[in-house]
Amino acid sequence: MGNVLLSVIRRDLLLAFRRRADVLTTLFFFVIVVSLFPLGVGPEMKTLRLIAPGVVWVAALLASMLSLQRLFAADYQDGTLEQMLLAPHPLGVIVLGKIVAHWMVSGLPLALMAPLLGLQFDLPPEALGILFIALLLGTPILSFIGAIGAALTLGLRGGGVLLSLLVLPLYIPALIFGAGAVEAYIAGVNPEGHLSLLAALLIFSGLATPWVTALALRIAME
Amino acid sequence: MAQEALLSLALVPLNRPYSMLEVVDLSCLRGERTLFTNLSFTLSPGELLQVAGANGSGKTSLLRMLCGLSAPIAGEIRWNNAAARGEDFNRDLLYISHHSAVKEELTPIENLLIASSFAAAPLTQPQALEALERIGLGGREHLPTKALSQGQKRRVGLARLLVSNAPLWILDEPLTALDVRAVELIQARLAEHLAQQGMIVLTTHQTLQVPGITPRRIELG
Amino acid sequence: MAFNLFKYSSPASFYPLAGKMAPLFYVLAATLAIVGLYISFFVAPTDATQGEAYRIIFIHVPAAWMSMFIYIVMAIWAGLGLILNTRLSSMMAQALAPTGAMFTVVALITGAFWGKPTWGTWWEWDARMTSELILLFLYIGYMSLTAAIDDVRRADKAGAILAMVGGINVPIIYFSVKWWNTLHQGASVSLTRSPSMAKTMLLGMLIMAIAAWMYSIAVTLSRVRLLMLEREKSSAWVQEVLEKKS
Repeated sequence: MGNVLLSVIRRDLLLAFRRRADVLTTLFFFVIVVSLFPLGVGPEMKTLRLIAPGVVWVAALLASMLSLQRLFAADYQDGTLEQMLLAPHPLGVIVLGKIVAHWMVSGLPLALMAPLLGLQFDLPPEALGILFIALLLGTPILSFIGAIGAALTLGLRGGGVLLSLLVLPLYIPALIFGAGAVEAYIAGVNPEGHLSLLAALLIFSGLATPWVTALALRIAME
Repeated sequence: MAQEALLSLALVPLNRPYSMLEVVDLSCLRGERTLFTNLSFTLSPGELLQVAGANGSGKTSLLRMLCGLSAPIAGEIRWNNAAARGEDFNRDLLYISHHSAVKEELTPIENLLIASSFAAAPLTQPQALEALERIGLGGREHLPTKALSQGQKRRVGLARLLVSNAPLWILDEPLTALDVRAVELIQARLAEHLAQQGMIVLTTHQTLQVPGITPRRIELG
Repeated sequence: MAFNLFKYSSPASFYPLAGKMAPLFYVLAATLAIVGLYISFFVAPTDATQGEAYRIIFIHVPAAWMSMFIYIVMAIWAGLGLILNTRLSSMMAQALAPTGAMFTVVALITGAFWGKPTWGTWWEWDARMTSELILLFLYIGYMSLTAAIDDVRRADKAGAILAMVGGINVPIIYFSVKWWNTLHQGASVSLTRSPSMAKTMLLGMLIMAIAAWMYSIAVTLSRVRLLMLEREKSSAWVQEVLEKKS
């Protein structure tokens, strides 16, 4: 079972490497959206510091929307998904592998890039660290929950817009705890509570969503 | 193409060769339309069933039901006296649909190795190379698949036939987009599989000439 | 068409039953609404702090209750449809969604109208208001997903998964919003802070809630009848029904 998990992750990472441009598009989208906010709000550092955690998090949600559409689409179109459903392994494990690989190429780069973008908003160094940890814990939650939406909207016309309609409301707890951790720190409160809740959410979604996604995929393929 | 070379193509023995596929009173509905009702048949080791019928008569729908991809509206499908579903059944099944399940970004060898890593018995690199050589992709193993022709891409997908040890094969139009040599090779491989007590359900618009086998036929629609 | 298609549940026998039940529930709903409105507007005393404006809660609170209650019922019906593969349960879920969404909108609008004179703003990022808004998003997601899928069986099952995932998420969302709210604003304005709610106020609210409940049943039954006709238009019993009408 572990072998299947690893070979799915390896396969998806190899495919992502061959299609590097897609990965970079999502990352640049994230950078551009975050960089637009100061232009819209004004350059006053006090305001920017205040909105930075929320802006970075909302941009991360939107960027994850963009990349989620690709989670199953290619495998669906070329018939690989059928083969995965017929593999002699639990589908939930295969799905878990795909989600992990997806996070490594679409969520992890956002978390790594975020501290750099935080500098544009004049965040203090410790706050940058908390922003990074919060995104490290939070972006896999986005991939886990988003996978359900990607499976439900597989092959539908207007699937991308529909996907955001289904998934964005479900992201709210991650957004609240994730952005809240940084805000709490800036306000002088210990962010540990936020981060613990985020970690709890991560464990819960990691255990439950691959199986729900597997069920949704079987329904979509009928 | 030499016959004795073909006979050694199965690189791994079949798992559990003595099984039976039973289909009882199957009905299929697409949208509002009934495609077929009360379809029953059994398939024993060494038998080939050709599903015939016009376009839209439900051939692909039937094959997908046999695989367990879609649920029948009524009736049941049994394998080894149990419902034909789940990981045990999947271990005994090879399904090749009209989608090739081939990744354009990967090379033929990567495609075959990855496909086999999902299957019951993963291949070694030399086995995979040999299979590609036999199916006529020798020298192209390491090119990106998108650089290959349509027929060659199709062969990458069909290379799985040469290395599969599943007793039940369900093949949707395996002979389309292939040249005469490849068609001969595939048909010889089918004959070999049946000789090893394998079972095959397939659809094709071409006339099937499997050496030494008279296919059973069912007509849909 | 083979008769065994209908072995799970029988819309053919439920259709006439629903036809008889729906008018009954409409009458009940109308009667209770008249009584409830009378109590709310003429019997219940004027609130000491909020004056007459508070009377909108006789609409607002029942609507908010129903919006949440209907979501739970919808998720249960959808889940039953998914697990037991009963067509009627999935149709019930589909029929409930628009009514639930309607009550959510009513709760939001009346909440805004109550908020303006009471708090001085149309919108307050209060935990309940925010959750109600997110509930509306969940209803919209469910309806858009089922509408986007042409194949009815897939639409029912996909909708069921979404409804259940949403159902599990609603409490998580509610508590996270509540937590967020307390952190950002200190003690928030309480919606139920009325020092001593008069008995007649409570009575009016309860009667209005039951009226809303009866209305939901009635309108869902009518809608599920239409769904049955639409989905099974090629079956024998629908043909009979249509012949009788014409």
